[in-house]
Amino acid sequence: MQPIDPYDFYRVGDLLSDDERQVRDTVAKFVDERVLPNIAEHFEKDEFPREMIPEVAELGLLGCTIDGYDCAGLNYVSYGLMCQELERGDSGLRSFVSVQSSLVMFPIHEYGSEEQKNRWLPALAKGEAIGCFGLTEPDGGSDPGVMKTVAKRDGDDWIINGAKMWITNGCLSDVAVVWAETDEGKRGFLVERGMKGYTTREIKRKFSLRASVTSELFFDNVRVPDANRLPKAEGLAAPLSCLTQARFGIAWGVIGPAIACFNEVLDYSKVRVLFGSPLSHKQAIQMRLADMSRRITTAQLLVMQLGRMKDAGTMHHTQVSLAKWNNCRMAIDICRDARDMLGGSGITVEFSPIRHMLNLESVITYEGTETIHQLIVGGELTGVYAF
Amino acid sequence: MRILTVIKQVPDSNAAIKVKGDGSGIETAGLKQVCDPFDEFGVELAIQLREKGNDVEEIVAICVGGDKAAEALRTALAMGADRAVHINDPKFQSMNELFIAYVMAEVVKKDEKGYGFVFCGKNNIDLDSGAVGPALAEYLDLPHVGAVTGLDLTNGGKSFVARRRVEGAEEVLEGETPALLTIEKGLVEPRYPSLPNLMKAKKKPVQVVTSAELPDIDASTAGTDFIEMSPPPPRPDCKFVEGEPEEMARELVRLLREEAKVV
Repeated sequence: MQPIDPYDFYRVGDLLSDDERQVRDTVAKFVDERVLPNIAEHFEKDEFPREMIPEVAELGLLGCTIDGYDCAGLNYVSYGLMCQELERGDSGLRSFVSVQSSLVMFPIHEYGSEEQKNRWLPALAKGEAIGCFGLTEPDGGSDPGVMKTVAKRDGDDWIINGAKMWITNGCLSDVAVVWAETDEGKRGFLVERGMKGYTTREIKRKFSLRASVTSELFFDNVRVPDANRLPKAEGLAAPLSCLTQARFGIAWGVIGPAIACFNEVLDYSKVRVLFGSPLSHKQAIQMRLADMSRRITTAQLLVMQLGRMKDAGTMHHTQVSLAKWNNCRMAIDICRDARDMLGGSGITVEFSPIRHMLNLESVITYEGTETIHQLIVGGELTGVYAF
Repeated sequence: MRILTVIKQVPDSNAAIKVKGDGSGIETAGLKQVCDPFDEFGVELAIQLREKGNDVEEIVAICVGGDKAAEALRTALAMGADRAVHINDPKFQSMNELFIAYVMAEVVKKDEKGYGFVFCGKNNIDLDSGAVGPALAEYLDLPHVGAVTGLDLTNGGKSFVARRRVEGAEEVLEGETPALLTIEKGLVEPRYPSLPNLMKAKKKPVQVVTSAELPDIDASTAGTDFIEMSPPPPRPDCKFVEGEPEEMARELVRLLREEAKVV
């Protein structure tokens, strides 16, 4: 009988194709060798590991589901596995890759003109250009239907005014996918760094996602040519479809920190002696470890079926909401519990749980808070949306 | 020139190894296996020789192993090898490394175009015998330099200067191609296969060789026999000596003399 792998209790890995396994293992090796040795220091110093951009690009992680334009053309299960392994390193690094891939390259590929695709996609894939996504505004993120950023036609151009907040990669970015209200409904624009009246400012004093850049974007009469409007994006459905992409990656990604913390606390419990025997011999600890295993296994099976449905084209966005909600809650609870089980050691970044649990405070909030996802599922079940 | 790089699929260095009950090998069900990191040095070196502008016509990765070993070959193809030879037959699944080298040599001999270089890892991280490279060189009748830490091609690739570390010094050797080199850690840093290249690697040719093409070979041709594998004996309990320093020293000397019988 094959022994049980504590980190893949139900052998979910057996459900993967050779391709998918190889993608997972390649990214895992990269994270073990290149990310984990330095990431705690970046988190501590509150700095994005900028030197990783060429390495991440070289590995082909940016826009990896896109077919063509120098991208890998992977399926979505592979994309999910990549997010999981990256986030086992750090949610900040996974956020960088998610935003570039799901929130910048995806909308350009899906809603952009051929000219926009040719100009931006290869450069974004190579990491020569960095992108960000501007939907959330200072006055609120959960209700994007009420948008204060406006774009008005002026001849062949548009004039954009407004502000966006909590924007990952904002200050790093060469191009921002910005959503604005117009007389024709909501539209998406590619706002480029250097356009007059467009400025960015980094949000400091964060205690979460410290190894990631979070910014504010300001638009003061920014003149944008109509050629920079995403021609196929009409209405709120377009940015929401981007969020579905990003939420899918998060539902997979957060399994990474959960496994990292579970791994660390499982090892620790075997060597830490308290009251004459290792922690792992105590019922109280075993019950907590067993619960972690149960919740990780459930999350793994949930996203596997979600990924298969997405690859088959049958996935509903409500199913993504359920997975994002369940898995973020699973991950943050496990990381917090692991921090507690480490005792005093758990409060330093020498161990990963405190870093992961602080990161997950952002991850459970962005791309739809837990409450929003509960209400999306509730609305689906009852036919009444009660936001 | 053409370069042959030898690949072995081995258990991941973090994997827990369990010896089979009958001593015939290790349990592989559910075991994570990877391309041997030392063999990756050979692949990387071949690619770098090409990238530096040397006339490298073809880089071929060769492996003896079961179906799963195709993954290790795919890593080599994704890194940049042009094609692969997969010697896959239950008859050739063996723990006997001299036999593996012998089988490989028989396949390589059939390739009439020949190779300028054959690269192997200095050893493999599983059995750690370091035997495959030198044995393959013998069977192919090639000169061989082991544990190479530096390499320069000279005379348009017809000859080479190789460096290797020896006790307290560096040895510099000159040789002519064709030759077999085993590669030491530190000469090159293997690249990660990129995700687009992993996908493209699926389209690169893999020639599968079975015993049907090598009918006259069996393990008796190797010259050594693999008898049995057994796990290391369990560690005896550690004994702690307690008390005042003088007492502890006295007790330690007594134990070393009377129980361990080493002083």
